[in-house]
Amino acid sequence: MWAVDPRRTDSAKFADVWLGINVGSDIALANGLAREIIDAGLENKDFINNATTGFDDFITHIEPWTLERTSEITGVPTEAIRDLAHGYATAEKAQIMWTLGITEHHTAVDNVLALCNLAILTGHVGRWGSGLVPLRGQNNVQGGGDMGALPNKLAGFQDLIDENIRSKFENVWGSKIPPDPGWHLTDMFNAMSRSELKALYVIGENPADSDADVNHAREALEGLEVLVVQDVFLTRTAEMADVVLPAALGWAESDGTVTNSERRVQRTRAAIKPPGEARQEIDIISDLAKYLGDDSWGRPTARDLWEELRTVSPMHAGMSWERIENEGGIQWPCPDENHPGSPFLHERLWKQPAEGRLAPFSCVDDQPPVESLDDNYPLRLTTGRALDSYNTGVQTSEYGSPIRSGETLDLSSNDAEKLGIRSGERVLVSSRRGSIEMTVKIDSSLPVGLAFTTFHFPELADVNQLTNSAYDPKSGTAEFKAAAIRVEKLVDA
Amino acid sequence: MSKITESQSETIVEITINNKKISASEGSTILDACNQADIKTPTLCWAENLTPVNVCRVCVVEVEGSRALVPSCSRQIEEGMVISTDSERVNTSRRMVLELLASSVELDRADEEILEWMTHYGSKPERMGTSDAIKTSKQPVKIQDDLYVRDYERCILCYKCVEACGDDAQHTFAIATAGRGFEAHISTEFDVELPDSACVYCGNCIGVCPTGALVFKTEHDMREDNSWDPDNQKITQTICGFCGVGCNLELHTQDEKIVKVTSPSDHSVTDGHLCIKGRFGWQHAHPKN
Amino acid sequence: MPDIKFGDSLPTDDEKKSVDEAIESYGPATIEVTERLVYAGQLRTQERRHLLLPALHALQHASGWISPGGLDYACRVLEVPPAEAYGVATFYHLFSSEPPSGDQILHVCDDIACSISGANEVLDTLKKEGYETKPSPCLGQCERGPAVFIQKVAAQDTVLCNVDPLEASELLDGNYEEASIKLPQAGSDELRLLSRVGVVDPESLEDYQLHGGYKALEKALEIGDEQIIEEVSTSGLRGRGGAAFPTGVKWKAVADQHGKPHHLVCNADESEPGTFKDRVLMENDPFALVESITIAGLAIGAEKGWIYIRGEYPVAKRRLSKAIETARDAGFLGNNILNSGRNFEIELRSGAGAYICGEETALFNSIEGFRGEPRNKPPFPTTHGLFNEPTVVNNVETLANIPRIILNGGKAFASEGTDQSSGTRLFCLSGRVAFPGIYEFEFGATLGEIIDAAGGFSGSGNLRAILLGGAAGNFVSPESVNLPLTFEDTREAGVALGSGVIMAFSDKDELTKTVHRIAEFFRDESCGQCVPCRVGTVRQEELLLRIADDTTVEAEHELFDDLAAVMSDASICGLGHTASSAIRSALNLGLLENRS
Repeated sequence: MWAVDPRRTDSAKFADVWLGINVGSDIALANGLAREIIDAGLENKDFINNATTGFDDFITHIEPWTLERTSEITGVPTEAIRDLAHGYATAEKAQIMWTLGITEHHTAVDNVLALCNLAILTGHVGRWGSGLVPLRGQNNVQGGGDMGALPNKLAGFQDLIDENIRSKFENVWGSKIPPDPGWHLTDMFNAMSRSELKALYVIGENPADSDADVNHAREALEGLEVLVVQDVFLTRTAEMADVVLPAALGWAESDGTVTNSERRVQRTRAAIKPPGEARQEIDIISDLAKYLGDDSWGRPTARDLWEELRTVSPMHAGMSWERIENEGGIQWPCPDENHPGSPFLHERLWKQPAEGRLAPFSCVDDQPPVESLDDNYPLRLTTGRALDSYNTGVQTSEYGSPIRSGETLDLSSNDAEKLGIRSGERVLVSSRRGSIEMTVKIDSSLPVGLAFTTFHFPELADVNQLTNSAYDPKSGTAEFKAAAIRVEKLVDA
Repeated sequence: MSKITESQSETIVEITINNKKISASEGSTILDACNQADIKTPTLCWAENLTPVNVCRVCVVEVEGSRALVPSCSRQIEEGMVISTDSERVNTSRRMVLELLASSVELDRADEEILEWMTHYGSKPERMGTSDAIKTSKQPVKIQDDLYVRDYERCILCYKCVEACGDDAQHTFAIATAGRGFEAHISTEFDVELPDSACVYCGNCIGVCPTGALVFKTEHDMREDNSWDPDNQKITQTICGFCGVGCNLELHTQDEKIVKVTSPSDHSVTDGHLCIKGRFGWQHAHPKN
Repeated sequence: MPDIKFGDSLPTDDEKKSVDEAIESYGPATIEVTERLVYAGQLRTQERRHLLLPALHALQHASGWISPGGLDYACRVLEVPPAEAYGVATFYHLFSSEPPSGDQILHVCDDIACSISGANEVLDTLKKEGYETKPSPCLGQCERGPAVFIQKVAAQDTVLCNVDPLEASELLDGNYEEASIKLPQAGSDELRLLSRVGVVDPESLEDYQLHGGYKALEKALEIGDEQIIEEVSTSGLRGRGGAAFPTGVKWKAVADQHGKPHHLVCNADESEPGTFKDRVLMENDPFALVESITIAGLAIGAEKGWIYIRGEYPVAKRRLSKAIETARDAGFLGNNILNSGRNFEIELRSGAGAYICGEETALFNSIEGFRGEPRNKPPFPTTHGLFNEPTVVNNVETLANIPRIILNGGKAFASEGTDQSSGTRLFCLSGRVAFPGIYEFEFGATLGEIIDAAGGFSGSGNLRAILLGGAAGNFVSPESVNLPLTFEDTREAGVALGSGVIMAFSDKDELTKTVHRIAEFFRDESCGQCVPCRVGTVRQEELLLRIADDTTVEAEHELFDDLAAVMSDASICGLGHTASSAIRSALNLGLLENRS
């Protein structure tokens, strides 16, 4: 196991080797690894010939990424990069797993494509035990996408712009679907700032706390003509709303399904009744449709909706409600009722000849974080999460975790010494967007120049005032992982 | 629940249990074979989501050719093995294991089947002497935080919690067996309080404890004020609301309140193990204000 | 190891230095190459786990206890979770988790042999005089008790023998010499294993070679591995540790395993009460053991041999350690042994006060850095032994026979003794005999002949009982004098030859106390892993005390039978299996009613 992470995290401590790369140099590393693999003749030539496109261009593209240059950009020694390249290429099975450290950058999609290059270069995809594994941070982030909660997709990741697809849905739904893709989250906020988007219906999200550069997000929310928030708690966002729709808890008070990281669709079941006026979200939305003038929705159950989904989403077609119940969840794609579900994807690439669309090599470039370090903002701030807390703490602040230590700004011992700061002391942390007070903790495993914090306690430390809202135009994900900050010791008054 | 594995052995082994011929797949344990043949076997330290440690010895059976009895939970079947599960020797040992435990440990909150097995085998722990005249594991209960209660006078030293904390599930190794002989006990290093140890409060130790030595603080408090009422509880299986792993939760509810959370040990996603958020993060369903 | 969490206590400089020295040949588990490149991981951690026991010894030696700061430090460098390391440390009697009151801890043997020669008076005296004392199970000095093992802080451990309670404190001022060997049969032509004992300088390789040393290794290299195993098989040699398993069969089983490294483990954890034969061999003829292990290791295809010696044998440890070093320097060990192209290394590992670690699988766990808890068998050591690799475990005495078998051939060896018990056997005589000590006889000698050789019964009163085979053995009555002490005859008689213990008791001895001490021994030495033994040994001891108070209770006998049954049938290992055998024999012989 190799861990590549700017911080030597708990997971990294499991690893045989930890590479502490510079924040935002993931593409450089991937390109350097690819070049070394090809240079050493360790690429999987049969797989490349059979199942990929664009290999020749790719070779030319990565040519400049010598071990030396890669080392210079990523900050880790050449020998280690070579060892990783050889180890990955020669492993019988290998997986690349990642989470937000890859995707919370302005190069999110390119970062992922760079990793995909490595997998198809070595044939570590489409086989049992090998593959590319994005680890989902939320219990149904996969399911949200599956169900079409994306600006350009309908349920089952079917293209909105495809007329045939649209008409299939329109036949079942009995209404017209607008053909143009919508906005993703970051676009929406920008549109709100331009007063182009005037009404917002937020379901189960707390952007007033969770967005990068929250000052900007809060201003945008305040400028709306109508804000409707449907949530289980009166979050900071809900407090700003014109209308709040109290909802039942998805996992404990509602029947339905969620999809986990391994694409397994599983059942949630109501164990307790929602409190007070809180209602099932399906009911809220159905009633909303009625008030908006459509009487045809009625009172569907979760099961009714699921059975309808199966008729329009081929990858869910074989998952009957009973099967999901009886089999403890099924992994999509599951095209028919006799299909066992799919523990891994892309087996088609190993067929001779490969079936379906071939896997393209992507020529992606290293692009450093948008916010550069300078004398005024000399430290790199990266944010993340702690085991016992969840995002902005809405759900996790209710239980007394014995391992919770509150919010701290973690600094390397070297940086702390330079600043004359000891653990437990208060500092003013400033980025180009704002300043907040925080308590310092020295973490000897952090490399020099890197600071870390979580953002679970916005009441204690409004960390997202500091983070950068620069985002990836392709995914809309903000660059939470790379801000530039300055830390100043606060002197007791 | 089907386990995701690449391939499974299909070789069949023929054995005899209690004079009955039984075929089971190679690699099965004697316990697996007994279960397959519907022969009920008491177990304490065995759990389907943990590696067998075969320390409690209550599952012993007689195998022809073996001088001592053998633990059925870990011993794999071999072609032609002749096994007896209800010989006098087996019954004596099973009765005595339960008797020895019951004489030294408080079992009133143990899994019901343990008490049923004691009746079945006719264990009479009282003949070891009254509890003030003999050694027992009596000791004060440990309450060091808002989540866990560790009541080690109920501990039968089955090692399940150590395994769940260690390399069978959590890989945290916050607790281990310390001391030796009758003084052996589950402990953090130098018995430091749990919040000062490596414990990450996944509660997987609680999930596997068979005797109520490790319990949710909610359960302990309710038991202490006599409001714990298992007959009035229902269990609903759902999916954890936090991260993307998709752990299955069994919500134990009483009077429309969640009182504890377990996870089905036969589910392939996490084999019954959870993290602190899944195990204890449910309290937002019952906000204090 | 991600979740390892350390306390705030810091190690002392001495503790750090000792731990660093103990692990230096392997280095720490985590290597920080640069601030951005760290090598660590499970493999490195696993490869170093066996250094935990040496590291704990280093800490105990450095400061007289396993301090929180010291333990943390050892855990950091080896990446062992502190809770596990604490669990390991508290498993052993010789590791203390409380700070010492002075610079030494006196472990006073109060076990069955020493207690009939005045050990309790010694213990009382030393305690009264303010020394930090701990009563100890048998120290393996039974022929010269009472004995005291002195565990020193930052200095050499040592053992005092024949301690007179009146002079004890004087001795502790440093006015003592290492006890020299007195071999009752010295000079006899009959001696085989003991022929060099008391004759050669145990620290001189030259002297060893002058007395035939290393001739067998030369011949072994000549005849080759298969032939060595053939000779050992032909010799009919059986294990002398207690189980009497044919040595050749064991060796062949391991030699035939392919694909994994093999190990030769010499079990020198001699801790059976009343046993001291291996100590005598190791202290007085250490090169012979080193040579024997080398031959055995090469024959089974191992490149690594391990001696696991009990912690209470400081003299044997020092001499063996020196012998290993000297042999290596002279080309008898290490790479390319005697220019044969063969490699073999021996590591000496010290136990830390746990009888159970003499059980072979507990011994593996102990070496590997885990609690010395026995493993369930099968799988057996020949396939899943040390580090789960094919392993031969042989007792010291067993191995000591090897050179002679190689030099004279298996047939010659087989012609000695009886059909099923070939060769000679060492017997540890103690208790009420005129000349306690170690004796060597060709198999076939009767109990009476052996006792007679030791000068017969000696002391007030009459011979009442003889304990055969140690605490895990049986009491026999004086009528058993005609029993030939062979494997086959003892098996038929339903008694244990075990480790060769013959301990004589008079009808004036407090045998009830002796029997209680045996019960206490098992209770104390039970590892605590399995229920039958952990609780059973406690209940057995309680029961004996009750019987002593009230001899009429029949129900107690029924309970005893049940306890004995569950321990012997359902325990994991031999400790539980035998925990009631001596006591049962004592009950049968009516020894408990003999209260004077």
